[in-house]
Amino acid sequence: MTFHLTLHQILFLAAGAVTLGAAVMVVTRRDVLQAAFYLILSLVGVTGLYMLLEAPFLAAVHLFVWTGVVATLIVLAAVLTRNPMRPGSRGASHRWWAAALIAVALCAVLIWTTRTVVGRPMSHDWQASPAPVPEHSVAALGTALVDPDGFALPLAVTTALLLAGLSGAAAVLRKH
Amino acid sequence: MVPLEWYLILAAALFCVGAYGVMSRRNAVAMLMGIDLMLCAVGVNLVAFWRYREPTAVTGQAFALSVYAVAAIETAVCLALTISLWRTRNTVLMEDTD
Repeated sequence: MTFHLTLHQILFLAAGAVTLGAAVMVVTRRDVLQAAFYLILSLVGVTGLYMLLEAPFLAAVHLFVWTGVVATLIVLAAVLTRNPMRPGSRGASHRWWAAALIAVALCAVLIWTTRTVVGRPMSHDWQASPAPVPEHSVAALGTALVDPDGFALPLAVTTALLLAGLSGAAAVLRKH
Repeated sequence: MVPLEWYLILAAALFCVGAYGVMSRRNAVAMLMGIDLMLCAVGVNLVAFWRYREPTAVTGQAFALSVYAVAAIETAVCLALTISLWRTRNTVLMEDTD
Protein backbone atom coordinates (compact mmCIF):
# COMPACT_ATOMS: atom_id res chain seq x y z
CA MET A 1 0.00 0.00 0.00
CA THR A 2 1.52 3.24 -1.08
CA PHE A 3 0.85 6.54 0.56
CA HIS A 4 0.39 9.60 -1.57
CA LEU A 5 0.02 12.49 0.76
CA THR A 6 -1.60 15.53 -0.73
CA LEU A 7 -0.50 19.03 0.24
CA HIS A 8 -3.61 19.33 2.41
CA GLN A 9 -2.72 16.20 4.33
CA ILE A 10 0.89 17.30 4.82
CA LEU A 11 -0.31 20.64 6.19
CA PHE A 12 -2.75 18.81 8.50
CA LEU A 13 0.02 16.57 9.81
CA ALA A 14 2.31 19.56 10.38
CA ALA A 15 -0.36 21.56 12.23
CA GLY A 16 -1.38 18.49 14.22
CA ALA A 17 2.22 17.72 15.18
CA VAL A 18 2.80 21.31 16.34
CA THR A 19 -0.45 21.29 18.33
CA LEU A 20 0.10 17.93 20.02
CA GLY A 21 3.84 18.35 20.58
CA ALA A 22 3.38 21.76 22.18
CA ALA A 23 0.46 20.41 24.24
CA VAL A 24 2.68 17.65 25.64
CA MET A 25 5.28 20.28 26.54
CA VAL A 26 2.54 22.34 28.26
CA VAL A 27 1.67 19.50 30.62
CA THR A 28 5.24 18.33 31.26
CA ARG A 29 7.29 21.54 31.70
CA ARG A 30 7.96 22.26 35.35
CA ASP A 31 8.16 26.01 34.87
CA VAL A 32 4.65 27.41 34.46
CA LEU A 33 5.86 30.37 32.41
CA GLN A 34 7.54 28.07 29.88
CA ALA A 35 4.38 25.97 29.77
CA ALA A 36 2.36 29.13 29.05
CA PHE A 37 4.50 29.93 26.01
CA TYR A 38 4.14 26.36 24.74
CA LEU A 39 0.38 26.79 25.19
CA ILE A 40 0.51 29.76 22.79
CA LEU A 41 2.33 27.58 20.23
CA SER A 42 -0.29 24.86 20.64
CA LEU A 43 -3.11 27.36 20.14
CA VAL A 44 -1.46 28.67 16.95
CA GLY A 45 -1.40 25.06 15.71
CA VAL A 46 -5.16 24.82 16.32
CA THR A 47 -5.59 28.04 14.30
CA GLY A 48 -3.88 26.25 11.41
CA LEU A 49 -6.35 23.36 11.78
CA TYR A 50 -9.25 25.83 11.52
CA MET A 51 -7.76 27.28 8.36
CA LEU A 52 -7.51 23.75 6.91
CA LEU A 53 -11.17 23.19 7.85
CA GLU A 54 -12.05 26.29 5.77
CA ALA A 55 -13.35 28.27 8.73
CA PRO A 56 -11.27 31.49 8.37
CA PHE A 57 -13.57 33.56 10.59
CA LEU A 58 -13.27 31.06 13.43
CA ALA A 59 -9.51 30.93 12.88
CA ALA A 60 -9.33 34.71 13.31
CA VAL A 61 -11.57 34.62 16.40
CA HIS A 62 -9.46 31.80 17.79
CA LEU A 63 -6.28 33.76 17.23
CA PHE A 64 -7.68 36.88 18.92
CA VAL A 65 -9.56 35.27 21.80
CA TRP A 66 -7.18 32.46 22.71
CA THR A 67 -3.71 33.54 21.77
CA GLY A 68 -4.56 37.21 22.27
CA VAL A 69 -6.63 37.30 25.44
CA VAL A 70 -6.58 33.92 27.18
CA ALA A 71 -2.85 33.33 26.71
CA THR A 72 -2.04 36.89 27.82
CA LEU A 73 -4.11 36.40 30.98
CA ILE A 74 -2.39 33.09 31.70
CA VAL A 75 1.10 34.53 31.16
CA LEU A 76 0.18 37.43 33.44
CA ALA A 77 -1.07 35.08 36.16
CA ALA A 78 2.00 32.86 35.77
CA VAL A 79 4.28 35.89 36.26
CA LEU A 80 2.24 37.30 39.18
CA THR A 81 2.11 34.05 41.12
CA ARG A 82 5.55 32.84 40.17
CA ASN A 83 6.83 30.89 43.08
CA PRO A 84 10.57 30.46 43.22
CA MET A 85 9.97 26.75 43.70
CA ARG A 86 12.31 24.92 45.94
CA PRO A 87 14.99 23.33 43.81
CA GLY A 88 14.12 19.71 43.21
CA SER A 89 10.40 20.22 43.73
CA ARG A 90 8.37 18.78 40.92
CA GLY A 91 5.68 20.27 38.73
CA ALA A 92 3.59 17.10 38.80
CA SER A 93 1.94 15.51 41.81
CA HIS A 94 3.08 12.23 43.37
CA ARG A 95 0.42 10.22 41.58
CA TRP A 96 1.19 11.53 38.10
CA TRP A 97 1.40 7.94 36.83
CA ALA A 98 -2.26 7.35 37.76
CA ALA A 99 -3.20 10.48 35.82
CA ALA A 100 -1.17 9.25 32.85
CA LEU A 101 -2.87 5.86 33.03
CA ILE A 102 -6.35 7.40 33.06
CA ALA A 103 -5.46 9.76 30.19
CA VAL A 104 -4.03 6.94 28.02
CA ALA A 105 -7.05 4.72 28.74
CA LEU A 106 -9.45 7.56 27.88
CA CYS A 107 -7.53 8.23 24.65
CA ALA A 108 -7.66 4.54 23.70
CA VAL A 109 -11.43 4.39 24.31
CA LEU A 110 -12.02 7.57 22.28
CA ILE A 111 -9.91 6.40 19.34
CA TRP A 112 -11.48 2.93 19.44
CA THR A 113 -14.97 4.47 19.41
CA THR A 114 -14.05 6.79 16.56
CA ARG A 115 -12.67 3.95 14.47
CA THR A 116 -15.64 1.68 15.20
CA VAL A 117 -18.24 4.29 14.36
CA VAL A 118 -16.49 5.72 11.32
CA GLY A 119 -15.62 2.24 10.03
CA ARG A 120 -19.28 1.15 9.89
CA PRO A 121 -20.64 0.49 6.39
CA MET A 122 -23.65 2.72 7.17
CA SER A 123 -21.53 5.77 7.59
CA HIS A 124 -19.21 5.41 4.64
CA ASP A 125 -20.07 8.92 3.58
CA TRP A 126 -17.98 10.16 6.53
CA GLN A 127 -14.93 9.17 4.56
CA ALA A 128 -16.08 10.87 1.39
CA SER A 129 -14.95 14.30 0.38
CA PRO A 130 -17.32 16.75 2.08
CA ALA A 131 -19.58 19.20 0.30
CA PRO A 132 -17.98 22.58 -0.41
CA VAL A 133 -18.47 25.41 2.05
CA PRO A 134 -20.99 27.97 0.73
CA GLU A 135 -19.43 31.20 -0.41
CA HIS A 136 -21.18 33.47 2.11
CA SER A 137 -20.89 31.23 5.16
CA VAL A 138 -19.47 34.01 7.35
CA ALA A 139 -22.36 36.33 6.43
CA ALA A 140 -24.82 33.52 7.13
CA LEU A 141 -23.20 32.97 10.55
CA GLY A 142 -23.44 36.67 11.39
CA THR A 143 -27.09 36.79 10.37
CA ALA A 144 -27.92 33.66 12.33
CA LEU A 145 -26.30 35.07 15.49
CA VAL A 146 -28.74 38.01 15.62
CA ASP A 147 -31.76 36.21 14.16
CA PRO A 148 -34.51 35.65 16.78
CA ASP A 149 -35.25 32.30 15.14
CA GLY A 150 -31.56 31.46 15.10
CA PHE A 151 -29.02 32.07 17.84
CA ALA A 152 -30.12 35.44 19.25
CA LEU A 153 -31.24 33.94 22.58
CA PRO A 154 -28.07 31.82 23.07
CA LEU A 155 -26.02 34.91 22.21
CA ALA A 156 -27.89 36.96 24.85
CA VAL A 157 -27.40 34.18 27.43
CA THR A 158 -23.69 34.07 26.58
CA THR A 159 -23.47 37.83 27.04
CA ALA A 160 -25.14 37.56 30.44
CA LEU A 161 -22.70 34.79 31.35
CA LEU A 162 -19.73 36.95 30.34
CA LEU A 163 -21.06 39.87 32.41
CA ALA A 164 -21.75 37.66 35.43
CA GLY A 165 -18.34 36.01 35.18
CA LEU A 166 -16.45 39.27 34.87
CA SER A 167 -18.41 40.81 37.78
CA GLY A 168 -17.64 37.74 39.86
CA ALA A 169 -13.94 37.88 39.00
CA ALA A 170 -13.82 41.59 39.89
CA ALA A 171 -15.69 40.97 43.16
CA VAL A 172 -13.29 38.18 44.17
CA LEU A 173 -10.29 40.43 43.53
CA ARG A 174 -11.74 43.50 45.27
CA LYS A 175 -12.27 41.79 48.61
CA HIS A 176 -8.64 42.21 49.66
CA MET B 1 -9.02 16.21 1.86
CA VAL B 2 -8.06 14.67 5.16
CA PRO B 3 -10.57 12.06 6.42
CA LEU B 4 -12.78 13.24 9.28
CA GLU B 5 -11.33 10.43 11.37
CA TRP B 6 -7.93 12.15 11.49
CA TYR B 7 -9.41 15.27 13.04
CA LEU B 8 -11.36 13.22 15.57
CA ILE B 9 -8.29 11.23 16.62
CA LEU B 10 -6.18 14.39 16.88
CA ALA B 11 -8.86 16.06 19.01
CA ALA B 12 -9.12 12.96 21.22
CA ALA B 13 -5.36 12.99 21.77
CA LEU B 14 -5.36 16.73 22.51
CA PHE B 15 -8.23 16.28 24.97
CA CYS B 16 -6.40 13.49 26.79
CA VAL B 17 -3.17 15.48 27.00
CA GLY B 18 -5.18 18.30 28.56
CA ALA B 19 -6.91 15.88 30.93
CA TYR B 20 -3.51 14.54 32.01
CA GLY B 21 -2.40 18.11 32.69
CA VAL B 22 -5.46 18.82 34.85
CA MET B 23 -5.04 15.62 36.84
CA SER B 24 -1.28 15.66 37.33
CA ARG B 25 -0.23 19.31 37.82
CA ARG B 26 0.16 20.84 41.26
CA ASN B 27 0.05 24.46 40.17
CA ALA B 28 -3.42 25.97 39.70
CA VAL B 29 -2.33 28.03 36.68
CA ALA B 30 -0.91 24.92 35.02
CA MET B 31 -4.16 23.04 35.69
CA LEU B 32 -6.01 25.89 33.99
CA MET B 33 -3.83 25.42 30.90
CA GLY B 34 -4.89 21.76 30.81
CA ILE B 35 -8.55 22.83 30.86
CA ASP B 36 -7.84 25.24 27.99
CA LEU B 37 -6.31 22.43 25.93
CA MET B 38 -9.41 20.29 26.54
CA LEU B 39 -11.70 23.13 25.41
CA CYS B 40 -9.55 23.57 22.30
CA ALA B 41 -10.04 19.90 21.46
CA VAL B 42 -13.81 20.35 21.78
CA GLY B 43 -13.65 23.29 19.38
CA VAL B 44 -11.68 21.28 16.82
CA ASN B 45 -14.29 18.50 17.01
CA LEU B 46 -17.20 20.92 16.56
CA VAL B 47 -15.64 22.63 13.55
CA ALA B 48 -14.58 19.30 11.99
CA PHE B 49 -18.11 17.92 12.27
CA TRP B 50 -19.51 21.16 10.84
CA ARG B 51 -17.13 20.98 7.87
CA TYR B 52 -17.67 17.30 7.07
CA ARG B 53 -21.33 16.82 7.96
CA GLU B 54 -23.22 20.10 7.58
CA PRO B 55 -21.11 22.76 5.85
CA THR B 56 -24.23 24.63 4.73
CA ALA B 57 -25.59 24.98 8.28
CA VAL B 58 -24.23 27.56 10.73
CA THR B 59 -24.84 25.46 13.85
CA GLY B 60 -21.33 24.07 14.18
CA GLN B 61 -19.62 27.44 13.96
CA ALA B 62 -22.15 29.04 16.32
CA PHE B 63 -21.50 26.30 18.89
CA ALA B 64 -17.75 26.77 18.50
CA LEU B 65 -18.20 30.50 19.18
CA SER B 66 -20.06 29.78 22.41
CA VAL B 67 -17.20 27.50 23.46
CA TYR B 68 -14.92 30.56 23.08
CA ALA B 69 -17.13 32.65 25.33
CA VAL B 70 -17.21 29.92 27.97
CA ALA B 71 -13.44 29.44 27.72
CA ALA B 72 -12.71 33.15 28.07
CA ILE B 73 -14.95 33.54 31.12
CA GLU B 74 -13.62 30.34 32.69
CA THR B 75 -10.07 31.64 32.34
CA ALA B 76 -10.96 35.02 33.84
CA VAL B 77 -12.76 33.52 36.86
CA CYS B 78 -10.08 30.86 37.47
CA LEU B 79 -7.30 33.43 37.33
CA ALA B 80 -9.16 35.75 39.70
CA LEU B 81 -9.49 32.87 42.17
CA THR B 82 -5.84 31.91 41.71
CA ILE B 83 -4.58 35.45 42.29
CA SER B 84 -6.89 35.79 45.29
CA LEU B 85 -5.46 32.54 46.66
CA TRP B 86 -1.93 33.84 46.08
CA ARG B 87 -2.71 37.05 47.98
CA THR B 88 -4.23 35.31 50.99
CA ARG B 89 -2.06 32.21 51.33
CA ASN B 90 0.97 32.98 49.20
CA THR B 91 0.69 29.69 47.30
CA VAL B 92 -0.81 28.38 44.09
CA LEU B 93 -0.08 24.71 44.79
CA MET B 94 -3.28 22.75 45.08
CA GLU B 95 -2.15 20.47 47.92
CA ASP B 96 -1.52 23.52 50.15
CA THR B 97 -5.06 24.84 49.78
CA ASP B 98 -7.13 22.38 51.82
